[in-house]
Amino acid sequence: MTWEWDVIWKYFPRLLEGAWLTMELVLISGLIGIALAVPLALMRASSRTWVKALPFAYIYFFRGTPLLVQIFLVYYGASQFEAVRESLLWPVLKQPYWCAIIAFSLNTAAYSAELFRSAIQAIPTGEIEAAEAMGMSKSVQIRRIIMPRAFGIALPAYGNEVILMLKGSALASTITLLDLTGMARTIIARTYTPLEMFLAAGFVYLAISALIIALFRFMEYRFNRYQYYHHSNTPDDLDPQLRDPHIDQK
Amino acid sequence: MDLQGFGHLLISGTWMTIQLALSSLLVGLVFGLIGAAAKLSKNPLARWLATGYTTLVRGLPELLLVLTIYFGGSQLLMWIAGWFGYTEYIEIGPFVAGVAALSIAFGAYATEVFRMALLEIPKGQWESGLACGMSTLRTFFRIILPQVWRLAIPGLGNLFQVLLKDTALVSVVGLNDIMRQSQVAISATKEPFTFFMVAACIYLLLTAATTAFTMFMERVANPAARGNRA
Repeated sequence: MTWEWDVIWKYFPRLLEGAWLTMELVLISGLIGIALAVPLALMRASSRTWVKALPFAYIYFFRGTPLLVQIFLVYYGASQFEAVRESLLWPVLKQPYWCAIIAFSLNTAAYSAELFRSAIQAIPTGEIEAAEAMGMSKSVQIRRIIMPRAFGIALPAYGNEVILMLKGSALASTITLLDLTGMARTIIARTYTPLEMFLAAGFVYLAISALIIALFRFMEYRFNRYQYYHHSNTPDDLDPQLRDPHIDQK
Repeated sequence: MDLQGFGHLLISGTWMTIQLALSSLLVGLVFGLIGAAAKLSKNPLARWLATGYTTLVRGLPELLLVLTIYFGGSQLLMWIAGWFGYTEYIEIGPFVAGVAALSIAFGAYATEVFRMALLEIPKGQWESGLACGMSTLRTFFRIILPQVWRLAIPGLGNLFQVLLKDTALVSVVGLNDIMRQSQVAISATKEPFTFFMVAACIYLLLTAATTAFTMFMERVANPAARGNRA
């Protein structure tokens, strides 16, 4: 087997261009996804059946089918209808870039809505009751108590979802986009060095996920600071009778 | 809904998807068990290898894995075969490449599930097995594994759902699964939305069946919880 390092070095800048598009796709669809997920999660956490039904069906469909089907449904499927092709949306829907963003956003919205819902339901009842006792209306409760609390609870799980989204973004290459995977495939078609190029692309993916993990660790530390708080230990020569076992944990 | 005579094609694709998913599950479970054993072993090299495997694979897109094994796998295999003096051309078909890629990905996540489950088993279970005169391997298969199943099945069920959805990626390298067959139907009928929607519904049915099966398995693996049904 011949291993060609030169090819990796020569085409690495092109791979980074692809990585840029990958990160752009993840960031934009992640933001749209959150915007869609929050109302979905609030509706899904409702106790009324008719409010719950629609988000439930939406989440069930998008979590139960492969992302590839969803991308193809948006990119190829939309063109089946005359009405879509003649509508104002067509200039957007005929571009693979926007189709990828639409599909990724809808997909991640379903997964994150489920995360946010479980976070909303994990908020201790006492905190909601306290807000009610303070005379907060439902909307003030959502804004001041439920959203900030759910955000902190959902943060670690949402970090995983972003990593999954990064991995899913490789599917953009199936609809002709030159993201990291797409770029690697184009270069391979020219140089025929599949192992070298895919390995290089894989390392760029690992670097991006390491970056995302570091970012979320930092955010967790920042927003869930109460979990990282440690009492400073009392001095060792303190009278044993004055010790408080709750503070004195080593 | 009018499938215009392409229904049998979709059914054959569904069968292919099921075969691919089950084969990858079987191989992936073996990878997962080996990975968990290595992560919990006393040998630092084994631990290091297993950690490298899970970190690496969980950070890579599954599509990249499928493409690498399909396009680069034969090169790699021929290189290894070259050591043993075998110089003929080796070709990797889409099915084998798919099973390899999906089971490697499944195994990396399953390693974590099995590791957590193994850690949950009290040490006394091991000790009593050994005290009864069983070998380590027999204790593992007779005493530990049945209890690990009970703890691991919910996690493994979720992973299998992910695996089932990832099988669609193997259509990119030309396996005649649901996705590929619906694309064939689309190229003849020019109705992409209809056929991709049918494909989506087939996947929904498969995932729903998996959920039901996982719940059934959870009940089977946990006889203790079945006792007091009110």
